[in-house]
Amino acid sequence: MTVMISQLFLQHYWWIIVSLLASFLVFLMFVQGGQSMIYSLPQNNLQKTMIVNSLGRKWEFTFTTLVTFGGAFFASFPLFYATSFGGAYWVWIAILFSFTIQAIAYEFRSKPNNVFGQKTFDLFLFLNGSLGPFLIGVAVATFFTGAMFSLNLMNQVHWATPWYGLEALLNVQNLALGFAVLFLARINGLLYIINTVDDEALIKRSIKGLFTNSIPFMIFFLFFVIFLLISKGFAADPITGTITIEKFKYLNNLIQMPVVLVLFLTGVVGVLYGIGITVIRKSFSGIWFSGAGTVLSVFSLFLIAGFNGTSFYPSLYDLQSSLTIRNASSSLFTLKTMMYVSFIIPFVIAYIWYAWKAINNNKITEEEMKSEEHKY
Amino acid sequence: MIENVDLSLVDWSRAQFALTAMYHWLFVPLTLGLSFMLAIMETIYVRTGKEEWKRITRFWMTLFGINFAIGIATGIILEFEFGTNWSNYSWFVGDIFGTPLAVEGILAFFLEATFVAVMFFGWNKVSKKFHLVSTWLVAIGANLSALWILVANAWMQKPVGMIFNPDTARNEMVNFWAILFNQVAVDKFLHTISSGFLLASMFVLGISAWFLIRKREDLLAKRSILIAGVFGLLSSLMVAFTGDASARTVSKVQPVKFASMEALYEGKNNAGLIVFGVLKDSEKKIGKKIVKEFAFKIEIPGLLSVLTGGDKDAYIQGLADHLSGNEKLGIISVPEKMQSGKFARDVLTSYKRARLINDTARIEAIKGVFKDKDFHDKYFRYFGYASIDKPEDVIPDVTISFYSFHLMVVLGFLFILIFSAALYLLFRGTISDKKWFLWIALLSIPLPYIASELGWLLTEMGRQPWIIQDMMTVSQAVSQISTGSVITTFILFAVLFTGLLISEISIMVKQIKTVPKR
Repeated sequence: MTVMISQLFLQHYWWIIVSLLASFLVFLMFVQGGQSMIYSLPQNNLQKTMIVNSLGRKWEFTFTTLVTFGGAFFASFPLFYATSFGGAYWVWIAILFSFTIQAIAYEFRSKPNNVFGQKTFDLFLFLNGSLGPFLIGVAVATFFTGAMFSLNLMNQVHWATPWYGLEALLNVQNLALGFAVLFLARINGLLYIINTVDDEALIKRSIKGLFTNSIPFMIFFLFFVIFLLISKGFAADPITGTITIEKFKYLNNLIQMPVVLVLFLTGVVGVLYGIGITVIRKSFSGIWFSGAGTVLSVFSLFLIAGFNGTSFYPSLYDLQSSLTIRNASSSLFTLKTMMYVSFIIPFVIAYIWYAWKAINNNKITEEEMKSEEHKY
Repeated sequence: MIENVDLSLVDWSRAQFALTAMYHWLFVPLTLGLSFMLAIMETIYVRTGKEEWKRITRFWMTLFGINFAIGIATGIILEFEFGTNWSNYSWFVGDIFGTPLAVEGILAFFLEATFVAVMFFGWNKVSKKFHLVSTWLVAIGANLSALWILVANAWMQKPVGMIFNPDTARNEMVNFWAILFNQVAVDKFLHTISSGFLLASMFVLGISAWFLIRKREDLLAKRSILIAGVFGLLSSLMVAFTGDASARTVSKVQPVKFASMEALYEGKNNAGLIVFGVLKDSEKKIGKKIVKEFAFKIEIPGLLSVLTGGDKDAYIQGLADHLSGNEKLGIISVPEKMQSGKFARDVLTSYKRARLINDTARIEAIKGVFKDKDFHDKYFRYFGYASIDKPEDVIPDVTISFYSFHLMVVLGFLFILIFSAALYLLFRGTISDKKWFLWIALLSIPLPYIASELGWLLTEMGRQPWIIQDMMTVSQAVSQISTGSVITTFILFAVLFTGLLISEISIMVKQIKTVPKR
């Protein structure tokens, strides 16, 4: 019995770690959000260079968080990794493709003799910036809306549609979260640019951009949340593991886990406050409130997806194949070993913070862009 | 030619993974080695305060940056392809394989990503010492990344530290240290990183040689040659040493791969080492596979026995010993292993059926079987053989294994000569005059890339048909998606990677030609 409790604790522990990684990933997608505006936000080439260099100094954090998110999911919940990646093939491949073209675009875009020209690499940045957050939002939405798969006796996945994941794009709730994540990334991108670039005209345009992006964000986000709260959910019996449909499951989760509800509401308020102080008080610190709000909101969404006896990856094709943090997890030994490894995370966060500050101490200026040797 | 191509799902999935891995490996070794060379160069700059060393460091750092980005781009695909294309494998071993990947992300990738930004953009923003520490941390982070993925790969060559759980139908980790200090992992890590150091040294040496040929940047070139020569010579000696250790380990843990590397069909005492050989088809066949024989060979008698077994009378196992078994050596034949594997699979299926109908008595009885050491040693260790169709299927492609191994070894010795010569000529002060050598150094840049790719070709192709040695075949491991989907993504990635490679080379050449002004 002790073993069971320990494993259950570790399953929850690792769901929290994975959720935190996902939350930070969504926050760090301010890089993608900024990229999605490289055609619309700057008024001249110099402004574009400043934007690209501001975002470009952080792209590796987003990228690394995505990779670590994948690795942590693989290690702690390998059945999800095998099921979703091996089944929803096209969605994940599209996400990967968009990140692949990003990785080289920054380094190559302004280098002479890059063969394809700066326009191509800027297009890569735009594509990654638009598709990356949108598709990740759609993929995460399937944690609530479900996917079309079944597992056999040996836990091998069979995907029940020939679209291998693209069918998720036909669900309005998935689309709503996809667009909400995209517009949130754009809002955070604008706030980050305001925080790091010293150019009055660009800041003015960024503040204006906050209006145009906040409205669609609120519409899509509210649409998704309202749908989520009134929809049925996938409950897992804590003893037998049997999956059943439960009315208002996610609303119940929020009510039954009031701490998560508080986190969620604090997160939403944080995002709105970050936008508000930037627009009203012309503050440069909006990104920190909005960023913290993003982390809290996404974190709490993940918690209601996986905690409180909920299937975090429901199967619409074969209900009993649905994945929970119990049936999809690694063994007790592995979860415990990795828990020891995870103790190093605060140290990692500390040095990231230190290095981040060291680079961001001075804002990006026109002069720097003209004199800096290593620039994007 | 086309009629020989098997257009099945598993082949396309393998092709896609091979494509991604081989492209990825074009960029990673340079990152592994050049990062340390940058750290050494910058250390000299900080210690001496000479601006020329800063300039040298920054020049190579620019090339590092171009290469680094494309390495990352191809790397992300690899990580996720374990799930997208090998989902059955991901579940079967995720409990073990996922851990090194997660540790890699937490420990190594963040270290690399965080400090690479300081390294590129921090020259005028942080202190000299903080910058230097950042450069060292990038080098350490990059090489730590290699450690964890190589530990995972080594486990596929020699699975250790796990137990099979019939309830979850997967292997589960029981000893993390056994996985980390797996002999294959130790050999592989040392051999791989030293080959990366070697490749980077050749890259620096070759480009510096070009400057001397063009009578440009004399100081930058000679100082770079000094670093590359010393680092390269030490690395190439380490590559030879660790390569020898790796081969000996392979002979113990993957004897079929070893026999294929040596094209040794019949085992023998006093086995000779083939220094040079050309293979041809013989009249003989094993099943449908044609046996290869030497059309020509230069052999040192007894040396293979000496190197592998310690004396010239040591018996080196051939492929026949494994196919038909060898009672004297205690080797079980492949048909027997296939029977044992099928029995183990039947027991597992019975267990699953008992679970389905909740037959408690039967569940407990079979659980007991799985805990029995005898069952594990006699049957379950051959689980993968249950899906082998014909005994000869366990023989990898002998031609590929033989040539990739031998060409890699020949190149390895050539590198020792080149680095020794570079240092000799540099210290004599005549390197600028020896145009023939400078051209050799320049034209040798691709050779470590070729050697490195050959090494992976041998590692992975030489293990076929297994994805996990003796435990799971590639056909069992593949994701059940449509072949058309995989073909489409294969083409997409092939076009993208090729385009990026062309762009990278073009940018590099331009950057080399336009060394930043003093």
